[in-house]
Amino acid sequence: MRDVAVIGVGINEWGELWEKSLRDIFVEAAVKAIGDAGVDHIDSMYIGNMSSGLFVGQEHIAPMMADYLGVTPIPCTRVESACASGGAAVRQAYIEVASGMSDIILAGGVEKMLDLDGSEATSALATAADQEYEVYNGVTFPGLYAMIARLHMERYGTTPEQLAAVSVKNHHNGKMNPNAQFNFEITIDQVLESTMVCDPLHLLDCSPITDGAAAVIVCPLEMASKLSKNPPIKITGIGQATDTIALHHRKDPAWLNVVEIAAQTAYKMAGKEPKDIDVCEVHDCFSIAEICVVEALGFAEKGQGGCMASSGRTAIDGEIPVNTSGGLKSKGHPVGATGVAQVIEIVEQLRGTAGDRQVKNARTGMTQNMGGSGASSVCQILEVV
Amino acid sequence: MSTPARYWREIPQRYRYEGVKCKESGEIFFPPRLVCPTHKSADFEKINLETEGKILTYTIVHVAPNHFRDLVPYGVAIVELNDGAKITSMIADCEPEDIKTGMKVRIEFRKIYEMGAAGIICYGYKCVPDLT
Repeated sequence: MRDVAVIGVGINEWGELWEKSLRDIFVEAAVKAIGDAGVDHIDSMYIGNMSSGLFVGQEHIAPMMADYLGVTPIPCTRVESACASGGAAVRQAYIEVASGMSDIILAGGVEKMLDLDGSEATSALATAADQEYEVYNGVTFPGLYAMIARLHMERYGTTPEQLAAVSVKNHHNGKMNPNAQFNFEITIDQVLESTMVCDPLHLLDCSPITDGAAAVIVCPLEMASKLSKNPPIKITGIGQATDTIALHHRKDPAWLNVVEIAAQTAYKMAGKEPKDIDVCEVHDCFSIAEICVVEALGFAEKGQGGCMASSGRTAIDGEIPVNTSGGLKSKGHPVGATGVAQVIEIVEQLRGTAGDRQVKNARTGMTQNMGGSGASSVCQILEVV
Repeated sequence: MSTPARYWREIPQRYRYEGVKCKESGEIFFPPRLVCPTHKSADFEKINLETEGKILTYTIVHVAPNHFRDLVPYGVAIVELNDGAKITSMIADCEPEDIKTGMKVRIEFRKIYEMGAAGIICYGYKCVPDLT
């Protein structure tokens, strides 16, 4: 297999993009990534997208995006793994470059969510769970994570304040991210006093509904310096895993086995351990998710993830900075784009171009993207060459 | 709206709680599977789930989909039945604040929701406190 590097990134402001369509927001990010890399063409494209069919009534978006980006007739494939679609798209691009099949590939992600009202969008997102055996019986997506949270709290003593600290930390970081949907600070009290969505999760424990896109350009490492003036960031580890679709079928619903497996695959491939990671972007779709993920990635002991944010250990100047971008909570969560945006934040950190969010001496970074209540996950390890 | 087939296809599980038991491992699966994930065998016998069990974890839903809006706040739980099968179910006949982890419950046949003004009335299982 050939070594693979990221040589270009493209992302714009995320949020309520009323003036822009699905195709507009994707093409803007893709053009930016191609421009950032400085390449004069791309050979192939993968697009992470959870549900353009439900959100805007449009399927077959792979050729549509190739068409509006002006790159037909190159191959373009849509990749779906719910909220992990973006991470899965990057992995497909990695495989195609590593295999020698193509040289310059765009891996992007896009979701246009706000054309639906809140209730319809919530129902569309719930299709990432088992429709017949979870959703039919009244559980919502926040409800699934709320059941994980309750188990974690009752078993390990995790507190509502510790959950809130995750959101507070991520908003603090997001305030320094000009592309973030909610780039302002919030307080612990504001989280605890916000509307109860699914007990014990409040509104401010939940990531928002967002329009947004992101794109990266990958190529063989050996060609990177010829193709682009950007410092190449090598993808050294990549892992993807699956688990039961229904939360109730997991042996331990409070343990994200899918994340552990995806991470172990990535660590092994990169020859790294949790202690080697300088900065990490994780899938904080809900505050409890970040707590469970830092445990499954090996940054905290099982059951001890609750104090990671509240103690400052996952802050930008902490021992393992997590979600320097603001995470899904503050940056926004256009589901298919999230995994690609996570890679972009790590590339910015490793290039040293993350501005006020910069982690000092970041050499090795990691991403963790998740689908459903933990039925799929993709992890990547990226390094300065 | 879906055709009625999507609804009646699930009736054996929703009305009669039909699952399968792997003849090799003795594991119970609900809904039925065609392949046992443990042994990759396809040799099953049909069973009906035990109707008694306990709550493993739960939430109180305050923001619900439109067709459950009249029920909020309502409890939903992961319930482990006495035969080891686990299901997600609403908790009925119980104030939300009285729901507790470890609480004994049993399955009852209930109306779940109505598919619009002229649609099917959808039935299935809910769990209620087991006071026996």
